[in-house]
Amino acid sequence: MSDKSSSSNASGFNRRAFMAAAAGTAVAAPLTARAAGPAATPSAAQDPQLPVDLTLRVNGQNRQLNLDARTTVLDALRERLGFTGSKKGCDHGQCGACTVLIDGRRVLSCLTLALVAQGHEITTIEGLADGDKLHPMQQAFIDQDAFQCGYCTPGQIVSAVACVKEGHANSDDDIREYMSGNICRCAAYPNIVAAIKQAAPEILKG
Amino acid sequence: MQPFVFQSANDPSAAMQALAASGGNNVTEAPVQALAGGTTLIDLMKLDVMRPSTVIDINPLSGAWSQINLEGENLRLGAMARMADVAAHPEIQKAYPVVADSLKLAASAQLRNMATLGGNVLQRTRCTYFRDISYGNCNKRNPGSGCAAMEGVNRMHAVLGTSDQCIATYAGDFAQSLIALDGTVEIIGKSGTRSIAFAQLHRQPGNSPQIETTLAPGELISGFMIPGRWPRSVYLKARDRQSYEFALASAAVALDMQNGVVRDARLALGGVATVPWRAREAEGLLKEQKFDDALAERVADAAFAGATPRHHNAFKIALGKRVVARALYQAATMEV
Repeated sequence: MSDKSSSSNASGFNRRAFMAAAAGTAVAAPLTARAAGPAATPSAAQDPQLPVDLTLRVNGQNRQLNLDARTTVLDALRERLGFTGSKKGCDHGQCGACTVLIDGRRVLSCLTLALVAQGHEITTIEGLADGDKLHPMQQAFIDQDAFQCGYCTPGQIVSAVACVKEGHANSDDDIREYMSGNICRCAAYPNIVAAIKQAAPEILKG
Repeated sequence: MQPFVFQSANDPSAAMQALAASGGNNVTEAPVQALAGGTTLIDLMKLDVMRPSTVIDINPLSGAWSQINLEGENLRLGAMARMADVAAHPEIQKAYPVVADSLKLAASAQLRNMATLGGNVLQRTRCTYFRDISYGNCNKRNPGSGCAAMEGVNRMHAVLGTSDQCIATYAGDFAQSLIALDGTVEIIGKSGTRSIAFAQLHRQPGNSPQIETTLAPGELISGFMIPGRWPRSVYLKARDRQSYEFALASAAVALDMQNGVVRDARLALGGVATVPWRAREAEGLLKEQKFDDALAERVADAAFAGATPRHHNAFKIALGKRVVARALYQAATMEV
């Protein structure tokens, strides 16, 4: 599994790479085991206890999964695919930490069933950078010191990219209104606004 | 969350067939639920407030049911149109500011991208006792069990349209625009389509707060229609924080004025009532009158004449009156 942040660390090892690799290992075995087993899909239409096969397209790659129908996009990303960038804050659509793009629109992955996201393009925080080059919004968050604890930051950055592309980053008030779905309990808001203003022209330039 | 069978409805007839087993008209208990944006349903399923055994994904209907049509004299909105897309529509912003603003001031950008208009008007109450199943006494969830909000923390609860069974506030914003502008609802069921006044969609709690609408089991909202154009209209929303919060009190106002005299007036209230609330008697005071601040205050007083507060929410009457007066003033003075 690729984790772009790992290559920026001189030692080639950091906490995030370790966590992502560990999550990847955890899901690899059951996936392999299931692949050899009988397909569960036909009978799943009648029995809610049975998992269902589905394909999620995440950051440009198709990922085969066998999931309980209740699984949200957020849980599929974090617990099954090792994309731990999207965070679980409230798990009820109130905090924005789980924000991802689906077909380019910012949505809450905690309130989106994985089954509903089939056939759509999911972009997570891990999909924003271009190789080792950070997305302008990621760079702006670093330049403007737009976080303290960092837990809300992936959701803030993904939401901010969409906010700019929607044309809702034209003033401080505009940014504050259209970013109000992303809560930051460290209250880094002034710096988040500054980061969005820094990145907006570069993003809109394309 | 309880396990469920997931099915997709690829066209309206498949949806009708799948929803046929929806059960009674207690929507909380219905075993088959239609899933659109999911912003209410998935949330309440995670809380175990709603426990459907089958979930029907109607998002495949989005293509056919998402149109925004301003041709002719009326506005027609498909039920699967997303709140964000309608709020951002330049012609709606111009011809129906109250519609665009009631959508824009609701929820967050992410939720507005997900939520459909049909789902939004059917949004469930945010009453904390309804949402928390550790409280057994909720007449909306468990009919006949009592109401924990009556003597509980009821600061957010309704002062209009309440009963001794339920004081839960209707949480939405867009519905106030629809009811103010005499909107209609298009409904599809297994026996065909029908159209009703939006004002006939929601039911006050009365003795059966578990029944929230006049929709029959298995029916879906397919669209909305708003007659005429209302460029002089306003949605004003007062809340505990400036953005991303439910209304403590809100007002949808639409005026038709000529030379400072009000020819037609519409007024609906949000955040203060158990259902989308049209203040017909109050708006009637404006007709054929020259608008001034004193008239706005009389209208505001009339709008809350029948209000019945509980222990913590009497402030909503004073706040609601000010919201009405200010919304009227903004509408009367806006340049159109």
